[in-house]
Amino acid sequence: MFVPCGESVPDLAGYTFLMPAVSVGNVGQLAMDLIISTLNMCKIGYFYTDCLVPMVGNNPYATAEENSTELSINAEIYALPSKKLVALQLRSIFIKYKSKPFCEKLLSWVKSSNCAKVIVLSSSHSYHRNDLQLRSTPFRYLLTPYVQKSIQTKITSLNWEEMEKSPCIPEINDSEFCIRIPGGGITKTLYDEGCSKEIAMVILLKFVSEGDNIPDALGLVEYLNEWLQILKPCCDDPTASALRWKMPSSWRLLFGSGLPPALF
Amino acid sequence: MRRSGAPRTGPDAGAAAMAATFFGEVVRAPCRAGTEDEEEEEEEGKRETAEDREVRRQLARKREVRLFRRQTKTSLEVSLLEKYPCSKFIIAIGNNAVAFLSSFVMNSGVWEEVGCANLWNEWCRTTDTTHLSPAEAFCVFYHLKSSPSVVLCQCSCYVAEDQQYQWLEKVFGSCARKNMQVTILTCRHVTDYKTSESTSSLHSPFLKALKTQNFKEPPCCSLLEQPNIVHDLPAAGVLSYCQVWRIPAVLYLCYTDVMKLDLITVEAFKPILSSRSLKGLVKNIPQSTEILKKLMTTNEIQSNIYT
Repeated sequence: MFVPCGESVPDLAGYTFLMPAVSVGNVGQLAMDLIISTLNMCKIGYFYTDCLVPMVGNNPYATAEENSTELSINAEIYALPSKKLVALQLRSIFIKYKSKPFCEKLLSWVKSSNCAKVIVLSSSHSYHRNDLQLRSTPFRYLLTPYVQKSIQTKITSLNWEEMEKSPCIPEINDSEFCIRIPGGGITKTLYDEGCSKEIAMVILLKFVSEGDNIPDALGLVEYLNEWLQILKPCCDDPTASALRWKMPSSWRLLFGSGLPPALF
Repeated sequence: MRRSGAPRTGPDAGAAAMAATFFGEVVRAPCRAGTEDEEEEEEEGKRETAEDREVRRQLARKREVRLFRRQTKTSLEVSLLEKYPCSKFIIAIGNNAVAFLSSFVMNSGVWEEVGCANLWNEWCRTTDTTHLSPAEAFCVFYHLKSSPSVVLCQCSCYVAEDQQYQWLEKVFGSCARKNMQVTILTCRHVTDYKTSESTSSLHSPFLKALKTQNFKEPPCCSLLEQPNIVHDLPAAGVLSYCQVWRIPAVLYLCYTDVMKLDLITVEAFKPILSSRSLKGLVKNIPQSTEILKKLMTTNEIQSNIYT
C-alpha cells in the first residue's frame, strides 16, 4: 500500500508512472537510480508491501552531510511535479510466490491514482537472442493495447524495434508464438496485468548480460530520453551522454570493499 | 543503494549468465536479480494441481508465526503491543545482542514473560516451545514488572523472509503505534561492511547506527555510511516498519568477525548503555560484566565436542 511521507496524499492524476522490473543485471533499477538522481526527484512516500525482502539504509541519493541521514527502505516513490513524473524504485528481490500479488496491488493503486501511463524499465538475457536479434539494436519496446494513439505514433516515428514474439515452447517446432522475456523478472507479469486492467503501459528493455551493468543502464535511460525528452537531446557521443546523468553516491563500491594491499 | 545479492568482482564481471569455469565446463551462473526463480514460479503456477495447492497450503500453515503465552498455553488474540502497550520497545536479535541484554538490562529489575513466538522454518525447527533449553533458538517477549510500558524481545531464532511480515503484524499489529520508541540491537559479519579500505584493516568489533526520521536523539555511535545497507531479518523489517509509520527507532549494528557468542563482541554494545532508552534500566554494570562472563563459560562447556 502507498504510505505518503507527508500528511496529505499527493494527486497523481495525469502523471507518468516510471518503474523498474527487478531483472537481469538490475538494469531497470540502475536506470531508475540515474533518473531519480539526475532530476533530483523528491521522495513522496513508500510502497509498503509484504512482497519484497525488507532492507534499510541511509539516503542513496545523498549529495552532502545534511541530506545523507534520511532512511530509505526497499520500495519508495519519488515525484517531479514540474514534469508530471512519478517514479517507483525497488531495492530488493521478491519473496517467493509474491511477485504476482505485488504486480496486482501496485497496478491497482496506479490505476486508482489516475496516472496517464506506466513506463517499465527492464532487461532480458542477451544469450536468449535469436540470429535476427543478435544483428539488430539491443533495445526493444512493448505496448499494451491501451497506450494512447499519439504515443504509438511517436514511437513508430522513432524507428524503434518492437519486442518479437518467440515460440512458447522453444523445443517444439510448431509451438505457438507468444511474448517471452527471459530474465525479465516481473516484466511479463506486469504486461499481462496491465492488459487485464486496461492500463496504458510501455515497456522498454535492453538485452544484457550480468556484469558491470552501468553502461547498460545509461543506454536504457538514453533510449527512454529519445522519446520522453527528460533531458535535452545531445550529440551521439556516448561519453557526453554518460556525463549528463548523475550517478548516485550509493553506486560507490558496487563490486565490494577495497582490496588488502598484501594481495599484491 | 546497493542491489541485494552478492557483488560480482574481478574476472567474471563481464560474464554471461552461462559461464565457463577454469576446467572448461559451462555452468549456470546465478543471476543477481534473482529472476531465475520467477520463471520457474510462473511455470509451476501453470502446472499446479489441486494436490500441489493443498501441499502449499499445509506448508504455509506449518510456517505460520504464532504468538502465545507459555504460562497459560493460550495464543494471543490480538497483536502483542496491542495487548501490552508500551512506550519503549527494545529488541535484541542474534546471540551476542541477546547476551548483552540478558547481562546488562535483564539482570536489574524483574522481567515477566508476556509472550513467545512459535516459528518453524529450515533453520529454526522449534516445535515445543514450552520446554526450551538455553541453547535452543527462541523469540521471547518480556515486560518490566515495575514499569510495564517497557517491553523487551530476545530473538535468537531465524525468521525466514516469508515469515517476516507475519511476525511484524503479530508483534506490532496493523495500526501504527506512535507513542513509543524502538531500539534494535543486532550483529553482522565485518566482511559485509563496504569501505574503500580493505576490511582486513578494520578494527572490529565496531558499532554503527541507523535511525528513522522521527528519532531525534543523537545516536551513541556514528551512522552507517552509504552504500551500506541492512537486509537481515527481522532488524530491517522492524526499522522499515518504523520509518514508514513514523515511529522513532534506532538500530545499533555491531560489525564483528566472530559471529558465535563472544565476550568482546557483546561488550562492543556498551556505548548504548548511556542512551535514553537504556538509561534507567541498567543498574549495576560490574555485576553485569560478571554475569556475562558466566554466560560465556556456560556456553563454552556446552560447545565442547567431547561431551
